[in-house]
Amino acid sequence: MNPQWLELVNAAASGKRPHFFGDADVDRLLAIVWAMAGELAVTRERLDTLERLLAERAVVQRTDLDAYRPDAEAARERGEWQMEYIARLLRVLQQELDALRATGAKASGD
Amino acid sequence: MSAAVTHDDIARFNFLANFNKFMATVVAPGNAVAFRERVEPVWVRERGEPPQTRGEVRRAMASDPHYRFWSALRRCGMEMRQQAGRSLVLRQAESLRDRARELGSSHAAGLQLDPAVTVPRYQSELDNHCMPGSYYAEYLDDDVSAAANYDAGMFATTTGLFGRFLDGAGRGTADWLQQTRPAWRPRRILDLGCGVGHNTVPLARAFPDAQVVAVDLAAPMLRYGHARAVGMGIDNIQFQQANAEGLPFEAQSFDFIYSTMFLHETSHAALRNILGEASRLLAEGGIQIHLEQPPYRGMTLFEQFMRDWDCHYNNEPFWSALHETHLPSLLRERGFAAESIFETEIHALVEEEMPKVGIETEDFGRGGLWYAFGAIADGAAK
Repeated sequence: MNPQWLELVNAAASGKRPHFFGDADVDRLLAIVWAMAGELAVTRERLDTLERLLAERAVVQRTDLDAYRPDAEAARERGEWQMEYIARLLRVLQQELDALRATGAKASGD
Repeated sequence: MSAAVTHDDIARFNFLANFNKFMATVVAPGNAVAFRERVEPVWVRERGEPPQTRGEVRRAMASDPHYRFWSALRRCGMEMRQQAGRSLVLRQAESLRDRARELGSSHAAGLQLDPAVTVPRYQSELDNHCMPGSYYAEYLDDDVSAAANYDAGMFATTTGLFGRFLDGAGRGTADWLQQTRPAWRPRRILDLGCGVGHNTVPLARAFPDAQVVAVDLAAPMLRYGHARAVGMGIDNIQFQQANAEGLPFEAQSFDFIYSTMFLHETSHAALRNILGEASRLLAEGGIQIHLEQPPYRGMTLFEQFMRDWDCHYNNEPFWSALHETHLPSLLRERGFAAESIFETEIHALVEEEMPKVGIETEDFGRGGLWYAFGAIADGAAK
């Protein structure tokens, strides 16, 4: 996924983002932690599918997983995935920066 | 007509659906406990009386740690649902658009877009229920991504209470109509604010000989809804882009007019205009009915406060006002006699395997049970 699409995916709804805690940083942090919790569940579900399929078909043993080393292509693909993953987690920061940039652009008249 | 999903997309929505269910059943009820055990007693001690308005309940609860956490998590859930849906549909926006074009082309007359229709300011000012870009944003020609996102994520938000095809309200309405008027077959049906037609299709199915017209402001929703209906084998719906405040139809040209969860997204002025149009378009002997969340009257201040959360924190700016408006009176103002106006309840009609609405599953404002009001056009009474 290219970076522009990622920004679009992470776009904020118009309107002020509410904060509920005394310090808005707590709300920010919770958004990150909770997104992470969601992605952990996604990974856990995938892993669970994989382990069940492997066991069912007796294809790969646990020792095979531990011994695996990625080649260059696999390492590149993993890197791309990490970028998308991190953008997902840091969504709120991007949204606030977008708003700030829009304000700056408005103030400077472009 | 739906987006292709990966294992991770499904897992993301699985997480959100279970999270929403956990929130509704375990975390949300804690607010009532917090209010009863520590929030209200402090308020009473300081002021000598309990909170007197919904707003006072909200002010009292604002500093409660449990309420804060529930609110902050709920908001996170809304945002994550949007992000998950957008990451799923935007990466395949072109193929979704192509699929909608292809499906739609076999019944092209069923879709009428009107580029002259503009989004009114009350709609464009704030993205509805925190949907970035609301129902209207288009990122490419003939875009359907906003609709595909809406369709894909709604199941997670409603945790199955609206049925497998999210058509529980429409099926409930068709069922209500068949019970109320067993032998009656409406010839022309109008669905106001149809969205992607989740609740249009069941009426078109229940009355296959009827002509169904479904109107909405948003082109992406109509394109997708049209393709979706065609894909489901439905050919008696016309999806038409129009503002329900002023519709291009002749007076008394529909005998069944309805809306589902639509009116709360309209301003008070628009609401009056829309009900005016529904009343103008209703033929003699016809029925209009509108499904909404229940009005606040008769509810405790605490329940009003809980149901009002969406107005303040989920971009539903007209939510409070609508639930305080005595809707049947607006029909009275349109000339319907008191005895022609009714209020009732409509239950979602869903598949056997889907969860049913109940105390333990209702998430304030999201249960599969609606308040409905309407009127019968009876020449003698009107």
